[in-house]
Amino acid sequence: MAEELVFRFDVDGEDFTSAGQASVQVKKNLRQLGVDSEVIRRVSIAMYEGEINMVIHAGGGTALVKVYPDCIEIVLEDHGPGIKDIDLAMQEGYSTATDTIRSLGFGAGMGLPNMKKYTDSMDIESTVGVGTTITMRVNCQEVL
Amino acid sequence: MTVRELASHPDFSPIAMPNPDREVKGAYIGDLLSWVMGRAKADTLWLTIMSNVNVLAVASLADVSAVILTEGVTPESDIITAASEKGINLISTSLPSYGAARVLVALGL
Ligand SMILES: Nc1ncnc2c1ncn2[C@@H]1O[C@H](COP(=O)(O)OP(=O)(O)O)[C@@H](O)[C@H]1O
Ligand SMILES: [Mg+2]
Repeated sequence: MAEELVFRFDVDGEDFTSAGQASVQVKKNLRQLGVDSEVIRRVSIAMYEGEINMVIHAGGGTALVKVYPDCIEIVLEDHGPGIKDIDLAMQEGYSTATDTIRSLGFGAGMGLPNMKKYTDSMDIESTVGVGTTITMRVNCQEVL
Repeated sequence: MTVRELASHPDFSPIAMPNPDREVKGAYIGDLLSWVMGRAKADTLWLTIMSNVNVLAVASLADVSAVILTEGVTPESDIITAASEKGINLISTSLPSYGAARVLVALGL
């Protein structure tokens, strides 16, 4: 079994226009590794939603993508305000995004639900005033 | 149908065509980015009135064949350049999304 491969990104909390760069880069890296295109699609959409959330709700953070032989793990960590009620935040349509954010096409309250939908497991650890860490896994076949 | 064939239709104009041979298998209409990522399928057209830079990221991640900007929406020139660089096909139409969808249906999609 080969060792895991890790990609690490800093997600800038100020720059809205570059938001998504980490996800687009991950998509390229996974494609180079020959990962199945549907797996890539699921990983990169889930990661993009998480990346955007770190930008609009948490002032940025870090993203780690680990490629294991049988799964791809995404860990998103921020030191933003945290999520008070995770069950509520997970509901489709629930959003605290501002009108400015909405005018850009975000803030539909579908980000966390999409992350759950596209991944095989998702775990949210969040403490108000401390930050949020989200770990997602997408199963795949023998990448490395 | 390929994106090139679609863009040659009189109701559609190509704005950026870095990947003209991509196959088109359907279409999705929406302006809320998370809805599009949750619902649009790969290799389909995405019809929208949004033309900001985030549209390019979503188009790339959702792996759509092309973005059709409806209602005569024209993106800034830097968006067009970025689309070409990122391999994202952009097409514009003066039709509203409903009208454009009718044309697509008539074309057999
Ligand atoms: N990293 C985060 N830090 C703090 N709050 C968050 C974070 N991610 C999500 N949230 C909260 O959960 C809500 C729902 O998130 P999401 O489903 O992605 O919808 P949206 O981003 O469109 O508001 C957000 O509006 C926000 O209140
Ligand atoms: Mg979100």
